[in-house]
Amino acid sequence: MMQKRAVVSVVGKDQVGIIAKVTTILAENSVNISDISQTILQDFFTMIMLIDINDPTKLSELKEKFKPAEQELGLKISIQLEDVFQAMHRV
Amino acid sequence: MAIAFTEIQETIRMVEMEHLDIRTVTMGISLKDCADPDFDKLKQKVFNKITTYAKDLQVTANQVAEEYGVPIINKRIAISPVADLLGNATKEQAIELAKTLDLAAKQLNIDFIGGYSALVHKGISKGEQILLDALPEALSQTERVCSSISVATTRTGINMDAVAQMGKIIKKTAELTKDQNSIGCAKLVVFCNPVEDNPFMAGAFHGAGEGEAVLSVGVSGPGVVLNALKKYPDADLGEVSDVIKKTAFKITRAGELIGRVVAERLKVPFGIMDLSLAPTNAMNDSVAEILEEIGLERVGTHGTIAALALMNDAVKKGGAMASSYVGGLSGAFIPVSEDNGMIRGIEDNALTLPKLEAMTCVCSVGLDMIALEGDASPETLGAIIADEAAIGMINKKTTAVRVIPVIGKNAGEIVEFGGLLGRAPIIGVNKFSSNKLIQRGGRIPAPIQALTN
Repeated sequence: MMQKRAVVSVVGKDQVGIIAKVTTILAENSVNISDISQTILQDFFTMIMLIDINDPTKLSELKEKFKPAEQELGLKISIQLEDVFQAMHRV
Repeated sequence: MAIAFTEIQETIRMVEMEHLDIRTVTMGISLKDCADPDFDKLKQKVFNKITTYAKDLQVTANQVAEEYGVPIINKRIAISPVADLLGNATKEQAIELAKTLDLAAKQLNIDFIGGYSALVHKGISKGEQILLDALPEALSQTERVCSSISVATTRTGINMDAVAQMGKIIKKTAELTKDQNSIGCAKLVVFCNPVEDNPFMAGAFHGAGEGEAVLSVGVSGPGVVLNALKKYPDADLGEVSDVIKKTAFKITRAGELIGRVVAERLKVPFGIMDLSLAPTNAMNDSVAEILEEIGLERVGTHGTIAALALMNDAVKKGGAMASSYVGGLSGAFIPVSEDNGMIRGIEDNALTLPKLEAMTCVCSVGLDMIALEGDASPETLGAIIADEAAIGMINKKTTAVRVIPVIGKNAGEIVEFGGLLGRAPIIGVNKFSSNKLIQRGGRIPAPIQALTN
């Protein structure tokens, strides 16, 4: 399958260890991160990462793996193929 | 080019907070090859064809929605007008075929299947008359089958005999489903100038000019447009139009991308993208609220038509740039029962039936999901259809009537349809009779606008 990129977005209340937790899960699943940016907006932690995906059908599996972290740290993590952002924001 | 942080946030916000979604992916399936002199064989062929072609529709659409993070709310099927298969059938067989379609939809886990339809805008053939005769029973004995009947076009004029029949059919359907607030009528649309590739229910059918199978998409995003507008409370109307245009562009691009992926995976051609804004009963997912944000205290007041015209045109301009194949109805949907703002407009007496009719002159569709008092006569219902058809015919646009005379209810009461169909305040009809107009029958000739060659 074609190499694709996906956007992982993480939103939640700022606290210690969010980046560590999320990137650990990605590393454990051999997912490479190609870009990362993060900011705090009115106490809210927002991180957006660009990851390489070999098989888009595996995205839902990865989502499942994020579930425990989402609950533990009160985060909202979503993963979407990058194409949708390209389509919406680039002509 | 890399996507900026803010752009990614914008998309996520649209989905999470503003109800951006793909309203429907609709697979059109031709049933032309299912004709058979043996009715049982015909039925089997129809069932097999639908359940084979659309076998993976639900699963594939869900998977694509998951991968792209944009929900696809409805997966639906549109079939060739069923009347074309009924030339040799009886009324009972026609009802049976509706049940077969219902069963196919249930097996596929599809909420609506459209195309229990007949095109009778000029005359009524044998099979079409059978379908019309079967309609009230078919709609009351099935759950998921939707019907649309074309009674007029700009090219042919208005078939008033068909209009008169539709008045009776709507009334009878209402009576047969009076235990459920006459819900049968919510699955029946009467069209002028119908389109062959409309992906939205209840009026979807797979037109005669369509191929074997096709996938069409309808996006939705009143909430997204509303929120975009809220950021510019002091913009002038030219700027308002521009904001709507840009927003429509973005949501259409997302819709087209996702539609194309679904089509590719199902190995059917991508048909069209319908640029309609379609509301839901969710908070802030209302088309009426966009009009109010533009500057109306309540939808229905003076200025409503102007605001609607502006909005509808801006949506089309943005969408047309974003999609390579635009089709379907592509206008604003304002189904009363499915739009909280419209409901409020009627409850506050700001929005009336005549104003709703006027609104259909500048946007697509027509009188959609309007609950009428149960005592409305078949002739009055026919005359309401005739008025809408005339608006469509003269203005060379699609208009439709999906009204529900709720048996046993009077103006001012509220009726709950439940689920996607929402709730609606009952509207009274004009007390003066239109019987003579309907009884005259015949055909209103095609207008001079038809003579374009």
